[in-house]
Amino acid sequence: MKLHVLRPLVTVIGIVSIILVARALVVPDDFGVHERGYMYGWHRKGNEEDWKKFKIKYRGAEYCGNCHEKKYQTIQRSPHAIITCENCHGPAIDHPSEDRPKLDINKERAHCLRCHTYFNYPTSGRRLIRGIDPEGHNSGIECVMCHNPHSPGLGRAK
Amino acid sequence: MVHGEVWTLKELFLFPNEYIYWSVQIVMYPFLTGLVAGAFVLSSLYHVFGVKELKNIARFSLVFSFALLFAAPMPLVLHLLQPHRGAYVFFTPHFTSAIAAFGIVFFTYGAIVASEIWFVYRKHFVDTALRLREIQDKTIWQWISYLIFCSLTLGSYDVSEEAMKTDKKAIKVLAGVGIPVAAFLHGYAGFIFGSVKANALWMTPLMPVIFIMSAIVSGIALCMLTYIVFLEFKKYRLTRARAAQTPNTYTMEEIKGAELNVIKMTSKYLLLFLVFAISLELLDLVFRGYTAVKSWDILKSVIYERDFVNIFIVQYGLGNALPLILFLIPGLTIRRAVVGLLLVLMGVFMMRWNVVIGGQAFSLTLSGYMHYALPIIPTDYETFKEGIGGALLVMGLPFGLFWLFIKMFPVHGRTEEGG
Amino acid sequence: MITRRDFLRYVVIGTAGAAAPLGLANPAGVLAGKDLTGPRWVFLLDTFKCVGCGLCVKACKTENEIPYEANVSRTWVERYVIMKDGTVLADTPKAARDGFTRNVIDLGQGKTQAIVTEDIAKAFFVPKLCNQCENPPCVQVCPVGATYQTKDGVVLVDRKWCIGCGYCIMACPYGVRFFHPVSHTAEKCNFCYHRISAGLKPACELACPFGARRIGDINDPDDEVTRIIKDGRVSVLRAEYGTNPRNYYIGLSEEVR
Repeated sequence: MKLHVLRPLVTVIGIVSIILVARALVVPDDFGVHERGYMYGWHRKGNEEDWKKFKIKYRGAEYCGNCHEKKYQTIQRSPHAIITCENCHGPAIDHPSEDRPKLDINKERAHCLRCHTYFNYPTSGRRLIRGIDPEGHNSGIECVMCHNPHSPGLGRAK
Repeated sequence: MVHGEVWTLKELFLFPNEYIYWSVQIVMYPFLTGLVAGAFVLSSLYHVFGVKELKNIARFSLVFSFALLFAAPMPLVLHLLQPHRGAYVFFTPHFTSAIAAFGIVFFTYGAIVASEIWFVYRKHFVDTALRLREIQDKTIWQWISYLIFCSLTLGSYDVSEEAMKTDKKAIKVLAGVGIPVAAFLHGYAGFIFGSVKANALWMTPLMPVIFIMSAIVSGIALCMLTYIVFLEFKKYRLTRARAAQTPNTYTMEEIKGAELNVIKMTSKYLLLFLVFAISLELLDLVFRGYTAVKSWDILKSVIYERDFVNIFIVQYGLGNALPLILFLIPGLTIRRAVVGLLLVLMGVFMMRWNVVIGGQAFSLTLSGYMHYALPIIPTDYETFKEGIGGALLVMGLPFGLFWLFIKMFPVHGRTEEGG
Repeated sequence: MITRRDFLRYVVIGTAGAAAPLGLANPAGVLAGKDLTGPRWVFLLDTFKCVGCGLCVKACKTENEIPYEANVSRTWVERYVIMKDGTVLADTPKAARDGFTRNVIDLGQGKTQAIVTEDIAKAFFVPKLCNQCENPPCVQVCPVGATYQTKDGVVLVDRKWCIGCGYCIMACPYGVRFFHPVSHTAEKCNFCYHRISAGLKPACELACPFGARRIGDINDPDDEVTRIIKDGRVSVLRAEYGTNPRNYYIGLSEEVR
């Protein structure tokens, strides 16, 4: 048996060693098997913290109520109390601040039609919402011309 | 624009995130892997089982397999959205994934083929290195060649009778081990698709076996075809050499005879594996139709209506049945063989296409369709690499590499070294 | 020399080792699913309450920085219209990002189909988001460990480690995954992991005026969502895939995909 036959093997071991060294340099220390085992929990632990640090945009109606108490109370008495402020006013992220002293309010007709286009769909909650036929009901006019979103009767039309 | 949106046409009801995410590069990937495996199996038929008639094509296939081996990961890397992270498959492999396991199997297989080539060509490397060492006042090119061949010897210059004997043994062992690894390699490519339970067309335990069979078919076909082209080129050179009155080692008759013999013999193996491949694919189809589970309605509409031409005319008809007839008619000629081989290759390519693209032709909702509009004129890098340009680039690569390799490893000659 | 006993021992250890990734002999993996310390997040979705306004989709896209114009979304709403003759019509135009404001079905490629209201047997809306499966096939197939499940059951994607192969997208039977158009890595709903970890509701739940989508902790017996799931009649999507999904639906119908 001649020993030269082992040379390809030695070469392969050399390449594998290079890969292992590169692996040691590149792969972070917290990469490994975590709570859910190898099949579902093989990952970089630090990524969980990365995700937890993701920026929060929506703050919730109570946050808005802290300053805009009157507006908050008005809408609480209306059928629109179920709609959180930020659905129309946009996310309260960084508000109030120098960058965002005011929020952009969405007053588009299309925004109201999300719920108020009437569909008579049996078994769906949609049919229980007071709705309109968008073609027939004052087509082309913004809803807020007549309806106050915070108290959606016909107060403004009178 | 979302990745995949450019070339995906959606119809009826689909989930909003569904696109053809796996496009032509993923068609190329099992196609090339298949050619690698097939070419290797062909060479092993001689090295392991001693099929003497395949002696001439065996070395040729081995080197070609090596060239294909370098090209095979290309489509995978090209289709990645983060190609620079490709090495993570080796750094943090997740072996419950067929792709991660594939990385290791691929590396092992590469090592086996490279070692085998090393043993087959060791004497050539040593001879060339020693010859170059003798030359005084080397040119730069000779210096480079000298260094390349010196490193190719891996520092072993022992070419004694005894050493050569050991080499032969090593070749036999490596070729033997290589066959299951080659099958495993391509079986894994099939497993990548066959194990996706979310996909009604892909999920079948037959997938790995179907892939292995068609892989061997395509590998043998491509080796035969390249072999013919290679010899035709030799013939052409011979004609020119004769005209120039330079002496040559071969006679025209010798080449012609060898060519037809090899092709006739090899085509028998091609036919054998082709019959296996067709039977398995038809079995899969029949079984799906007979059991007719929930997804069969939409699969039926894809197989028998939308993809009918691709599957039944191009793949089964032109790609399988016609070449079968061409090879079975007695009195095989080189010209007929070439036509048959081209058709076989196209048939296997279409099989890959119909699996990869066909598997994404219908929605997870089972009530919507997606159509893949192959980008022809690229508008950016993405439409180039996932379009016809990228496919041709990947297809051309192994031939370029092969051309480079045969400069280093003579694949056709009378002098016998090792294998 | 290796004795026969040694050999057998190696075989047993070797087989167990090889089987571990398959979950056959993985006590850690089996026990982790039954860990009752800390929360296990689940979602409860009510198809009677959902009206298809799409405010959840809008909020989700903003909160999770998915470009509004991109035709992909972490959550979406589907409309099902079942006619009296049994025909099932369904659509989700632009993932219902702008809600449903027309009584026509979107057929794709710019084509639509009108709905004759009188012929409707039943029609309803179904909100969809990641099921955070107990056996997530998307995680199983990731070749590099770039997607994984946390202890509290949420499947996350590591944007710094994802190679963008798309295998996870192919493996998900619910079609919740896609490539993020900016980061170019796999992307999916994670129940607003940054919000729930800080004790807040997910953005979609906050935006929903009708209480059609609610997060809950199945490990907390006092959680109202848990009580509804345990005591009420709920169902899950595509149970046949063995993924063990953790989104529970009220009022699911056979036609829902």
